[in-house]
Amino acid sequence: MPAYSEKVMDHFMNPRNVGEIPDADGVGNVGNPVCGDMMAFYIKVDDGRLSDVKFKTFGCGAAIAVSSMVSEMAKGKTLEEAKRITNADVAEGLDGLPKNKLHCSNLGADALRKAIEDYESRSLEA
Amino acid sequence: MREVYFDYGAANPLGPEVVEAMIPYLKEQFGNPLSVHRFGDAPRQAVEDAREKVAALIGARSNEIYFVASGSEANNLAVKGIALMNRKRGKHIVVSAIEHLSVINATQTMEKLGFEVTRVPVDKYGQVDPADVSTALREDTTLVSIMHANSEIGTIQPIAEIAKVVKDESKAYFHTDAVATVGTIRVDVKELGVSLLSLAGNQFYGPKGTGALYIKRATRIMPLIDGGVQEAGRRAGTENVPAIVGLGVAADLAKGDVQDRMAQLVPLRARLIERLTKEIDHVYLTGHPTERLPGHVSVVVEYIEGEAMLLLLNMQGVAASSGSTCTSRALKGSHVLTAIGIEPGLANGSLVLTLGRESTVEDVDYFAEVFPPIVERLRQMSPLYEEA
Repeated sequence: MPAYSEKVMDHFMNPRNVGEIPDADGVGNVGNPVCGDMMAFYIKVDDGRLSDVKFKTFGCGAAIAVSSMVSEMAKGKTLEEAKRITNADVAEGLDGLPKNKLHCSNLGADALRKAIEDYESRSLEA
Repeated sequence: MREVYFDYGAANPLGPEVVEAMIPYLKEQFGNPLSVHRFGDAPRQAVEDAREKVAALIGARSNEIYFVASGSEANNLAVKGIALMNRKRGKHIVVSAIEHLSVINATQTMEKLGFEVTRVPVDKYGQVDPADVSTALREDTTLVSIMHANSEIGTIQPIAEIAKVVKDESKAYFHTDAVATVGTIRVDVKELGVSLLSLAGNQFYGPKGTGALYIKRATRIMPLIDGGVQEAGRRAGTENVPAIVGLGVAADLAKGDVQDRMAQLVPLRARLIERLTKEIDHVYLTGHPTERLPGHVSVVVEYIEGEAMLLLLNMQGVAASSGSTCTSRALKGSHVLTAIGIEPGLANGSLVLTLGRESTVEDVDYFAEVFPPIVERLRQMSPLYEEA
């Protein structure tokens, strides 16, 4: 197996928060199947906190593990706290990622951020 | 759970006879074949015996076989050695779009050195049309290299037809990368009509770290590895005697066994393809349906990604491979799947299964049992999959 940590394998085998939120408050899509990784993040916001986070991912072991870890880290946080989650945080939370998989952690953090930005731009329109 | 090894394309278990034959050369017969004293005698003879056996397997003469350390090295020696030796005559090389990376990247290096390379396209099954090779040939073409079969999609090329075109219409040398075919299907250099041919031990139950380049007599070539006099001055370096001995035994065992090997594999291949494509939706065979390596099954599975499939299969005891971008250490998509027109998203769902002599019907059926739930599980997670 590629040098995946136990944590990565755990999140890959038992991903947390897989799914969609049909009436999501924000949606973030990143990546595309061409590059081999694609993530869709769905968030529900209550009182300025992420009350629910779900994701769907097309990608390798690292991509799925990252999505799961991001969703776990983000749930319950305020929007500001969630926006500050970096790819380094994600990689650390997973006890590290192989060098050629670090880009997956970028994608996860980006997808979350995009979902939050989507929510914020919708609130502006309201 | 069942242990199923479907990655013979990556590595093969060695036959006990191969291992037995190698051991003395790892132990008491440790001498250098070039030594004048008695310690060189047995190793020297062993290397020459192996050379004869490899030659016999492909219908060549003993002195046309040059030992190298891998199929990739054989390919590099063929491409660079012929191109450089003939550079005054011309600087044009013709290859197919689906050659092994050792050939593709060697031609890229040659481009940096001022050579021109034409990459002949393939059809949706990965086959080269000899007419396209004909079109590509020029006055200044010195080398044509088209692989006998492709290890990613299994497709076998019409090498004899292509060789005839090259011979009739040019002065180029014709090389074939037969790493995927030697020891698996019938390979005879005269029947194929090639001047050079690559083979590798770890593809037919021999050890890793050995291969050979067949160079037809009277073909001049520039060595890659300069130095001593080994391999008639064409490939320096003290011979890896034990590995060469193993290669020889593997070749000897393959000769005369190829028909039986094919007879064992073809029905398994058919059963696996049938079950995969019939029992799971949105799964498509890649490569030619019939002109393909006897134990080779390659598919693309829509909506999900290759590495994730391999990890889950591994958890279930199944060893397989993939051509997906994430599986490649270099994070490069498969040039082979691109060349046959598979769009990149779908190409990332690549799964490559290569069966071998210990594969059984039970293995195939076990795979067919554990794979659908894996596909379902990953599709449930995928933003691309919508249940009908």
